Amino acid sequence: MRPRQRAIVALLGGALLAGFLWWGALGLPSFGAYAGPYGDVVNAAAPADRQVQNVVTAINFDYRALDTLGEEYILFAAVAAAALLLRRVRTERQESDAASVSESEPNQPSEALHAWGLAMVACTLLFGVYMVVHAVTSPGGGFQGGCVLASAWVVVFLTGDTRLLHRVTNQNLVQLAEAVGAGAYAATGLAMVALGGVFLQDLLPNGSLGSPLAGGMMLVINAGVGLEVTAGFVLILLEFLHQTSETLEGR
Amino acid sequence: MDHLPYLVAAWLFVIGWYGIITSRNLIHLILCLSVVQSSTYVFLLAIGYRTGATAPVFNDVPPGTPAVDPLVQALALTDVVVGATVTALLLALAVQAHKQSGTLDPGGVETMRG
Amino acid sequence: MSVLQAVVLLLVACGGAGVVLTREPSRQALVASLNGLLLTLMFVVFQAPDVALSELAVGTAAVPLMILLALSKTRIEARRTNHKDSQ
Repeated sequence: MRPRQRAIVALLGGALLAGFLWWGALGLPSFGAYAGPYGDVVNAAAPADRQVQNVVTAINFDYRALDTLGEEYILFAAVAAAALLLRRVRTERQESDAASVSESEPNQPSEALHAWGLAMVACTLLFGVYMVVHAVTSPGGGFQGGCVLASAWVVVFLTGDTRLLHRVTNQNLVQLAEAVGAGAYAATGLAMVALGGVFLQDLLPNGSLGSPLAGGMMLVINAGVGLEVTAGFVLILLEFLHQTSETLEGR
Repeated sequence: MDHLPYLVAAWLFVIGWYGIITSRNLIHLILCLSVVQSSTYVFLLAIGYRTGATAPVFNDVPPGTPAVDPLVQALALTDVVVGATVTALLLALAVQAHKQSGTLDPGGVETMRG
Repeated sequence: MSVLQAVVLLLVACGGAGVVLTREPSRQALVASLNGLLLTLMFVVFQAPDVALSELAVGTAAVPLMILLALSKTRIEARRTNHKDSQ
């Protein structure tokens, strides 16, 4: 189908879809009139029952821990598949023309950028670790903290050069960390089974409300998820950077 | 005005969908897909919102103050992170497709053989 | 619904349209980064700090960087093919 025909079909179908969505949206309850009981029940139960202050963390890692297990493994599978594809591209190219690639001389960034990057990396790492550790007392958790921690490597790449990034990052260690983080989730669930409960039932002692060590099983799972998300993003970044570090000879 | 978030979610969905259909570059297509994903975040959070309520984190307010629904936030939170890694996977696929066919045009990528 | 929420929602709608209507991928990555920031603002205004924290780290830094790296990889690949053809 030619682009112009495709655009016309898209506009017509889009208008129809938009019409139905408009009609459906106007039939919903008005914005802000939340009537469902589940939110109120969980908001009342989590601080009293599990002694945690961040109810979102309680839902993610305790009440609905099985769903988060599935989500984490989607993440793991996506990272593994992306790494597999990019490594396949790399080995195919190395087989086809091994003689015409060479390591490029990267541009040296300015000293001011280096200094700024150093300060940013320190702040980012500290903030990321704070967010992962304080999952139950303030907005934070494994997913958010893992993303912020991974952005520290992004800052290293942006303010330094690729060689610096490869020097501070051991790829085998990153892969090991990701596997350990992903396995820790299921291992915790199985440990709960071994302790006499069902899979992912919280049998560890809950602390007291307001302490960062409250929540029991949530803390273990949270640490595993933080490790896995960080390592997953860093691995993706490393794989993409491997692709772009080789250029043509004589450039 | 009462239904503005749902209308914005519908708008984001339709414009992202239009972008996917009329895209001439695989990477542009992947970003339009992420716009469609963001429409689901808007919709989820709009469902769980309660007027005059605070975030479901009882750090400096006592437990029992009216708060918004935490379940939709848990869904949207994992959705954002997993969506980013799936975008990375799609980008890797686009890079591989470009290597096979030499073009990033969705119409020019060859179909699989054998 | 307050004025702040309405304004932020309209900004998000414009940001999404901007991402779609920018056809050049390298420019679109920057518009996507801005869109991520607008989404983060929206999540904060909707009382969802956890979602805002993830979206901030992911949408403004990680995803645009991956897009630019993928683009640079395809350009290197295209230049490599031209170089091989002209030899």
